[in-house]
Amino acid sequence: MGGFYGAVAIRGFRRYATYRIATAAGIFTNTVFGLIISYSYIALWDQRPHLGGYSEAQALTYVWIGQALLAPTALMGGGFENELMERIRSGAIAVDLYRPADLQGWWLASDFGRAAFQLAGRGVLPIAAGSLVFDLALPADPVAWLLFAVAIGLGLTVSFAIRFLVGLSAFWLLDGAGVAQIVWIVALFFSGMLLPLNAFPGTLSAVAQALPWAAILQVPADVLLGRRHGAGALAALAVQAGWAAALLAAGRLLQAVATRRVVVQGG
Amino acid sequence: MWRGLATYGLVVRMWMRSTMAYRTSFVLTTLGNLAATALDFVTITLMFSHIDALGGFSLPEVALLYGTTSVSFGLADLLAGSLDTLGGRVRDGTFDTLLLRPAPVLAQAAADRFALRRFGRIIQGLAVLGWAVSRVDVRWTVPAAALLALTVLSGAAIFCAVFVAGAAFQFWAGDAAEIQNSVTYGGNTLLQYPPGLFARDLVRGVTFVVPLAFVNWLPVLHVLGRPYPLDLPPWADFLGAPVAVACCLLAGLAWRAGIRSYRSTGS
Repeated sequence: MGGFYGAVAIRGFRRYATYRIATAAGIFTNTVFGLIISYSYIALWDQRPHLGGYSEAQALTYVWIGQALLAPTALMGGGFENELMERIRSGAIAVDLYRPADLQGWWLASDFGRAAFQLAGRGVLPIAAGSLVFDLALPADPVAWLLFAVAIGLGLTVSFAIRFLVGLSAFWLLDGAGVAQIVWIVALFFSGMLLPLNAFPGTLSAVAQALPWAAILQVPADVLLGRRHGAGALAALAVQAGWAAALLAAGRLLQAVATRRVVVQGG
Repeated sequence: MWRGLATYGLVVRMWMRSTMAYRTSFVLTTLGNLAATALDFVTITLMFSHIDALGGFSLPEVALLYGTTSVSFGLADLLAGSLDTLGGRVRDGTFDTLLLRPAPVLAQAAADRFALRRFGRIIQGLAVLGWAVSRVDVRWTVPAAALLALTVLSGAAIFCAVFVAGAAFQFWAGDAAEIQNSVTYGGNTLLQYPPGLFARDLVRGVTFVVPLAFVNWLPVLHVLGRPYPLDLPPWADFLGAPVAVACCLLAGLAWRAGIRSYRSTGS
């Protein structure tokens, strides 16, 4: 069966790889936003060096990691959830449920295919552009990069699991656009995309770092920047894995409840 | 011109009636829109929880920049934001429908799917602007207040011109629609911060190439009595309206060139 889901993932990758001009446009836009945010961070870290435990170079690296992960983690939309909601609303989901494939597994595989393409297509070049303009604190240690890769994989799983729950909400609401928007705003804020969570003030920082969205950007960035290393990095990955498992299990449970009540309109 | 406005009004009224058929959904999406656009300002206040001044600007001063660009961009997004979906219409051939109707095409395209929920951004921007005006250390004489009002309106016209030029660009490269986000959304983010934060070349680019600096930087810095990082003559601070007119004319020419090069998909 692994071969089957692998095939789904490869199709997901190819589907997004088709739009080359759109990818180039996306790289350009990520780079422009990276530049703007970088300059605002420079002004902030200029006043408060070591804010949140980051040096200025680390803070700038954080900006570009954020731009690189923005599309793969679908933090601003563009993932599978709209498609899933549309299939639930139109009733096409009945066909999906008849297929000899698991619903969650199918979408996980196809979303990983999409994310893999966007990591390669939209992730690498903005970081390269950022490192041309600014001094970034990218480590030379291959272990840090390996841990970073694992952290990204776990972060993508957490991102998927949350969006799968959002998609399933359409079984009850039919139009899940409102839920999707609320979750989107919360995710953008609590992932650390706007400002690193460790640079949030006091209690808000502690709360934000304990929520699952920290697994999407903050943890991968901290692992690469060496703010978490050795046992600390492994512990952070374990927390990510815990969130991923818990949220996937919640999705599975909700899927079981939802499919029992699915009513498809004839016609 | 008048026929264009009449068409625009007609299509807008139609979409407003269709929106108002789902009142709850309208209120919720407007609130969602407001919350989403407020995130930028939340980020700025979080930054100010650590510092007293960003690039030498106090929070009310940054809020004045934020408020002016947000209201301008919000107005432009409300009036012409639908133009950024033109690439999709070109790709799937539905643009032909607009060409067949005996009414100005630009007016139809700009009013297409008119989204009243975009008022959310305007309301949020106005709230920040009102707060900034009351808090900032400026004596609000009649000329200063008039300059601020004119600035918001000409800023909206400049952003409208960007939307029209972006739509014209999509006749050639529909898939690259995201590039215009770096000027519209990216420009809006850029103008929220004092110009002194950014590299000189970037400031030159948005002053002389894409004249976003006239949306708020030059006039607001004049009101605040602060120097602009580039050496410009003092009357440049009042050029917002003429620059807006020039931008609209150029965008109109670009639109004409774009529509002349349009080739239908034939489907």
